[in-house]
Amino acid sequence: MGAGHGHVLYRESDSPVHRLPPEVKIVAMVVFTVAVVATPRSAFWAFGAYALLVAVVAALARVGPRWLLSRALIELPFVLFAVALPFLGAGERVEVLGLRLSEDGLHGAWNIVAKGTLGVLASLLLAATTTTRDLIVGLDRLHCPQVLTQIATFMLRYLDVLVGEARRMRVARISRGDDPRFLWQLRGFAAGIGALFLRAFERGERVYLAMLSRGYSGRMPEVWQGDGAATTGQWLVAATVPVVAASIAATAVVLT
Amino acid sequence: METLAMHISNGIIDGPVAAVFAALALAALTGCVLRGRRDLDDRLAPMAGLVAAFIFAVQMLNFPIFTAGVSGHLLGGALAAMLVGPWVGALCVSVVLVVQALVFGDGGVAMLGLNITNMALLGTAAAYVLIAVLLRVLPRTPAGLAVTGFVAAMLSVVVASQGFVLQYWLGGTTDLGGNLASLAGTMAGVHLLIGIGEGLITATTVVTVAKVRPDLVYALRGLRPATVPTVPAVGGVR
Repeated sequence: MGAGHGHVLYRESDSPVHRLPPEVKIVAMVVFTVAVVATPRSAFWAFGAYALLVAVVAALARVGPRWLLSRALIELPFVLFAVALPFLGAGERVEVLGLRLSEDGLHGAWNIVAKGTLGVLASLLLAATTTTRDLIVGLDRLHCPQVLTQIATFMLRYLDVLVGEARRMRVARISRGDDPRFLWQLRGFAAGIGALFLRAFERGERVYLAMLSRGYSGRMPEVWQGDGAATTGQWLVAATVPVVAASIAATAVVLT
Repeated sequence: METLAMHISNGIIDGPVAAVFAALALAALTGCVLRGRRDLDDRLAPMAGLVAAFIFAVQMLNFPIFTAGVSGHLLGGALAAMLVGPWVGALCVSVVLVVQALVFGDGGVAMLGLNITNMALLGTAAAYVLIAVLLRVLPRTPAGLAVTGFVAAMLSVVVASQGFVLQYWLGGTTDLGGNLASLAGTMAGVHLLIGIGEGLITATTVVTVAKVRPDLVYALRGLRPATVPTVPAVGGVR
């Protein structure tokens, strides 16, 4: 099983951002997002500055704008709500392209689209530069309770088990004369979902027992820790992004 | 509006309310960690991981609901409560949400507290209360178990959706005026439909697991054993 190394969003590379320890990147990303959310929505320039900051980090991480923007489409269903707001919102109405829209709703929609997009871009950058394994090591070093990192480790490991079992069951169905087309696949899949769960569990249980017999104690072995925890210098380097974001947010709050 | 209850993205709820709910979620999760640590034995650890993986996969299935301009997905709180108990169950759903927020940008990181409160805490708690009551009331048959799973899953989804309405009422960034009631109605209606799908998946999965490996179902622990007849079909499951 090649599990636990990369994931669909990981971009193999050796940029300065990739080399930063994971815990540093997680903290930077969370602080950046909080700063963005705390920014008043009428400070339009601030969001431009954030976008510029994201672009700089993306360039440093050698993540192309095309990759970033096409992956950002994941948030589409989330911002659908924003489209409805100008129609649902209360208060002053303004005329836009012949439609009577709520002014407050328009501002709200902008708020959601801008903050949502910046948040998605930030997490995509984290995902593109950090393997899932490093992510868990990072959470562990940030003193995330062991129960949680343990569940997260197994979750990421078993995702592949689950997908593999589903594929095997599909092949088994087809080889027994099932001819799934379009939506009809769903029926066979739904009928077998309980069996899929059990099969994946029994396989996963064996994985777990094998890990136990090799000395697994609930924490990942030292080998995983890799180059060791972040140095002060690395913390300082990574702190530039959240510090810039926080000062933009502070300036925006003061100005509006 | 559906997706919002599931995954609130950045900027939908204002900062102070998000902070309050983050503190609330943190406190509740600390409790879950303390209780869950006791529950997490050699049998439950891989189960918790698989339940989290299953929920993760299932949450990827999005149902677009074009008329309402929204899309929704399954939650998994009831399944988690049934198979690994309320404490570890809430932790499983939280882990899924944290990983989705950090890596996939699904739901804003700043809104994690709100999302965890709705989906991991409210959803799982509602499901577990229903499961505890229904398992005592209904006959101890596979059908009884299926009904329990179905009802618990369906209602827990609706409860989670109303959590979003409450949060929006407290700190929505756009004043909807009198439209809040219609938001609550839309949310409840849409989630009832999703709840039916969720209920079916939960019931099928739990009944299958209970038939073959009743020892794995947390909710059946402590109840009389042999509640569900063991089917000697384990060999087929390999």
